Amino acid sequence: MFHGFGHLLIIGAWMTVKLAVAGLVVGLALGLIGAAAALSRFAPLRWAANTWNTLMRGLPEMLLVLILYYGTGEVLSRITGEHVTLSAFAAGATALGIAFGAYAAEVFRSALLEIPKGQREAALALGLSRRDTFTRITLPQVWRLALPGLGNLFIVLLKDTALVSIIGLDELMRQAENAANFTKLPFSFYLAASGIYLLLTFVAMQAIQHMERQTNRGQRKAA
Amino acid sequence: MSDNTPTLEVCDLHKNYGAHEVLKGISLAAHDGDVISIIGSSGSGKSTFLRCINLLESPSRGAIRLRGEELQLRAGKNGELVCRNHRQLEKMRARIGFVFQNFNLWPHMTILDNITLAPMRVRGLDRAQAIAEAEALLAKVGLADKRNAYPGNLSGGQQQRVAIARTLAMKPEVLLFDEPTSALDPELVSEVLGVIRSLAEEGRTMLIVTHEMRFARDVSSHVMFLHEGRIEEFGPPQEVFSQPRSARCREFLASHL
Repeated sequence: MFHGFGHLLIIGAWMTVKLAVAGLVVGLALGLIGAAAALSRFAPLRWAANTWNTLMRGLPEMLLVLILYYGTGEVLSRITGEHVTLSAFAAGATALGIAFGAYAAEVFRSALLEIPKGQREAALALGLSRRDTFTRITLPQVWRLALPGLGNLFIVLLKDTALVSIIGLDELMRQAENAANFTKLPFSFYLAASGIYLLLTFVAMQAIQHMERQTNRGQRKAA
Repeated sequence: MSDNTPTLEVCDLHKNYGAHEVLKGISLAAHDGDVISIIGSSGSGKSTFLRCINLLESPSRGAIRLRGEELQLRAGKNGELVCRNHRQLEKMRARIGFVFQNFNLWPHMTILDNITLAPMRVRGLDRAQAIAEAEALLAKVGLADKRNAYPGNLSGGQQQRVAIARTLAMKPEVLLFDEPTSALDPELVSEVLGVIRSLAEEGRTMLIVTHEMRFARDVSSHVMFLHEGRIEEFGPPQEVFSQPRSARCREFLASHL
């Protein structure tokens, strides 16, 4: 049915999953750092974080992918005098992570602000260290509040991995394109790719819902 | 009495919010077994005073001693005093129990986990020990069957009793209650007051900011009336409630009894 291209689609899909997860890891780290900086008591840090987040949200993601792949290659080559390039996977994951992080910072920031001050105070008043207070009290509650927003961002990220096909990474989109061009059967292959993307987003949505249920245990209000 | 080191001693505590002086020099010495009720109209500085004692708010001036050990403070920004040594502050806070108006239980943890976290992390108990102590405390506040419930499933009165158990789990030397029944529906007030009363009868040292005048009269060894950041009246409850010397205290009591 797929003229021998079926397994390439599967390989591509696996690459898409890896790219999305790598982008997510980079993005969550950047998002947390961005939120912490945006809420810092140190004004220059707040300013830098807000500027960064505004800029990164204002740029098309495809441009970020191109800048990171070709742009950093050019700059690094000039500096080192040799031909250097970032791998397409690293450039793609970083670009997607930067975009995700800029939005996630806002999600984390509002989640942090939503936690009542008394939650921290109760921990500190018992003699818990500031570190324990953050990891045991603040962070788990941030996670619960941020999860729905982060889930949406991840679905967007999963689909945006298709942009990385333009720098030649053999993820699902590019594999489908190659197969379509080679076999002259674009409808079949793009339809197959659509099916796989839908399957991936469906699985991701289920996983996110499951995590939301987990973190919401005991959050029901008493009748 | 004079050679007897107070359990908790606060000396000349001041607190400013910008140009506004909320506390204008409050001193207090609580000895073992003292139950001191702090009364006064809202805005008189009672809660701020209590929160300054364990540095949930930063005082502008003053000293705080727990059994003679002084909390080390240094000048921070905006003329506030901040702690000099976080380790010392954490140790002092562990010895001073604080019960909040809004309970502040942690909603993502079960009742048992709410109570065992600090004993395990701060006192260094192992899990089995911490659970055994927590269960005894839950039984004491009448909530043994709620160990696996989450705070969101409890009534306000039950939450406050758990919050008291959580505080007791640190075996504090003095307990501070910041309007412990003000956030409760009227029918739930008495169950919480009952628990606090039994703690008083055990001889615990306590400071209670409260609007429950009858309760203050019944359980206190001393009553402090604050007005605009100053101690306007201080003495045994019989005196303060029956023959207050200050006109403001008389007016306040007339409208609150």
